[in-house]
Amino acid sequence: MHDQTLTPGVYMAEFSSAAELNSAVRVLSGHGYTLLETYSPVPLTPGIPRRRSRLPIVVFIAGLLGGAASYAIQWYANVYSYPLDIGGRPAHAVPAFLIATFEGTVLCASLAAFVGLFVVARLTRPWNPVFEIDGFERATIDRYWLAVNPADKLTVPDPTPGDLRRLSPLRIVRLETQS
Amino acid sequence: MSVSRAPAAATKSESFPLLKGNEGDAALTDHLLASLWSTPRAWWLLFALSSLGTLLLLATVTYTVVRGIGTWGNNIPVAWAFGITNFVWWIGIGHAGTFISAFLLLLNQRWRGSINRVAEAMTIFALVNAGLFPVLHLGRPWFFYWLIPYPATMNVWPNFKSALPWDVAAVSTYFTVSLLFWYLGLVPDLASARDRAPTRTRRLIYGIFAMGWRGSGFQWQRYRIAYVLLAGLATPLVISVHSVVSLDFSITQLPGWHSTIFPPYFVVGAIYSGLAMVLILLIPLRRALNLYDVITRKHLDAIAKLMLTMGLILTYSYVMETFMAWYSANTAERYTYLVSRPFGPYAVTYWIMTLLNVVSPQLFWMRRLRTNTVALFLISGGILVGMWMERFIIIVTSLNRDFLTSSWHTYFPTWVDWGLLAGSVGFFGFLFLLFVRWVPSVAISEVKELRQQQAPARLAGDHDA
Repeated sequence: MHDQTLTPGVYMAEFSSAAELNSAVRVLSGHGYTLLETYSPVPLTPGIPRRRSRLPIVVFIAGLLGGAASYAIQWYANVYSYPLDIGGRPAHAVPAFLIATFEGTVLCASLAAFVGLFVVARLTRPWNPVFEIDGFERATIDRYWLAVNPADKLTVPDPTPGDLRRLSPLRIVRLETQS
Repeated sequence: MSVSRAPAAATKSESFPLLKGNEGDAALTDHLLASLWSTPRAWWLLFALSSLGTLLLLATVTYTVVRGIGTWGNNIPVAWAFGITNFVWWIGIGHAGTFISAFLLLLNQRWRGSINRVAEAMTIFALVNAGLFPVLHLGRPWFFYWLIPYPATMNVWPNFKSALPWDVAAVSTYFTVSLLFWYLGLVPDLASARDRAPTRTRRLIYGIFAMGWRGSGFQWQRYRIAYVLLAGLATPLVISVHSVVSLDFSITQLPGWHSTIFPPYFVVGAIYSGLAMVLILLIPLRRALNLYDVITRKHLDAIAKLMLTMGLILTYSYVMETFMAWYSANTAERYTYLVSRPFGPYAVTYWIMTLLNVVSPQLFWMRRLRTNTVALFLISGGILVGMWMERFIIIVTSLNRDFLTSSWHTYFPTWVDWGLLAGSVGFFGFLFLLFVRWVPSVAISEVKELRQQQAPARLAGDHDA
């Protein structure tokens, strides 16, 4: 839902507060706009409703795999490949193996959360068309931006800039750059 | 719970506002980023000092590697001494960072927002120092990778029933997760730095590290999920890492080490010393960067209260381990706890430790001292020394009186031991100074969000500030 909004021709409106941006989202959603995106220096609440993230389930599975792999490595090393008989203690020592199993679980789950975020949030591209807007730098400082895709014009009677202008943003910019 | 929801008739301690000042978000951002664009003279002075410490560390490490660990004072029966004391001390210091950033995030303690960045950086730099000592103590540190299970042509594997591979797993996981968590928290602030950078080069550098962050609603929402997930994953590490470290001791059969109280006792001591280090770093930083509006008396008060709590639990642990030694009626146990430690060759260290760890935090019952930066700094420094002494006492006094009196041996550190300890402190300062200079030392976006959430309460709080 996020980068599809950034086709050329997208209208970007600048607001000076989170409250104004939130009410703009509310008004436009009420008009039937669906391809909206917000840009804000702090997380916007309530913001635009989103589909449920799949990241938690990915992290959960990665954790399980990491734990299983850690246990398997220990079992292979100390039970199968090269068992050490020290004082007659069993080679397959479950309690002793649990520590590295736990650590492997946390390690793999954390790596999955980190890498997963960079993939889903497209955080590996240092450049984005919105950066070409003069003054967009303030989106990480103190300004709140709204992106409206003109494709929405097909579904609502009023053309986009009119709807946007009625929200009285600081300014409206049309995005020309190709993503 | 959020301060903004506090009732009008707030209790006395809540009269400290969490955040002060009414500057706009742009001014606040510039204020918090200022340390990235200019270098005060005091920074150069401290940097020169810590560089000397780093050189000392390099020199002593090189000497140890070239000549071997015979240059250290430890020998049978005191096979573990400064090296492992430093390891446990540094790794313990790291724990407060994760405690503040992950534990308190899950508990919705909003005051962590201003100090979590410094605490997390402290964790990473403490872990860098911690990892050095066991690796050096291996004797042939260039073979450290033998501890990792890799398919070697020798066909031997690490023994996972030994505590050493447990430490490797615990510490390397802890370091990795701390680093990921720290970097993830930094991304929005690095984007702010990118967007405020005065020169093109800096803009490029911060832009690369900001990974194209643009603060879209989608990014924020997924970011928050990942951040909380990482916090949830890091939280059990706060408990587990020092528990695993304590197993190095408690799985042995040595009086003074062989005790089931060790894991919680070590974890509490770790957080205790780490909070002390947080204050040692925050108090000068707050002054140098003029962070009084962001790191307020409320933060100092909260950390001091946590330290008092940890100090009391630690005192309970000291009392219980001594009681259990007496109650066990075991001659060797009783001798270690009731004779050797309080009256043996290291008795002075033992009593100074008790004074610093048990008695000095009691001053924090006084509200006035909990917000007095001089008192906080001195008591925290004392606790750091006291916690180092605690690990020294646990390690050395348990070893130096062997079961046979003919094997008794009094340990003395060599100049290399002292050099490594002092050098690691210098190196820690070196890394921390670079951090302050290059990276926003306060989580800017979190502070801005917090200010927005509690704007009405903050304005009300300013009257009695």
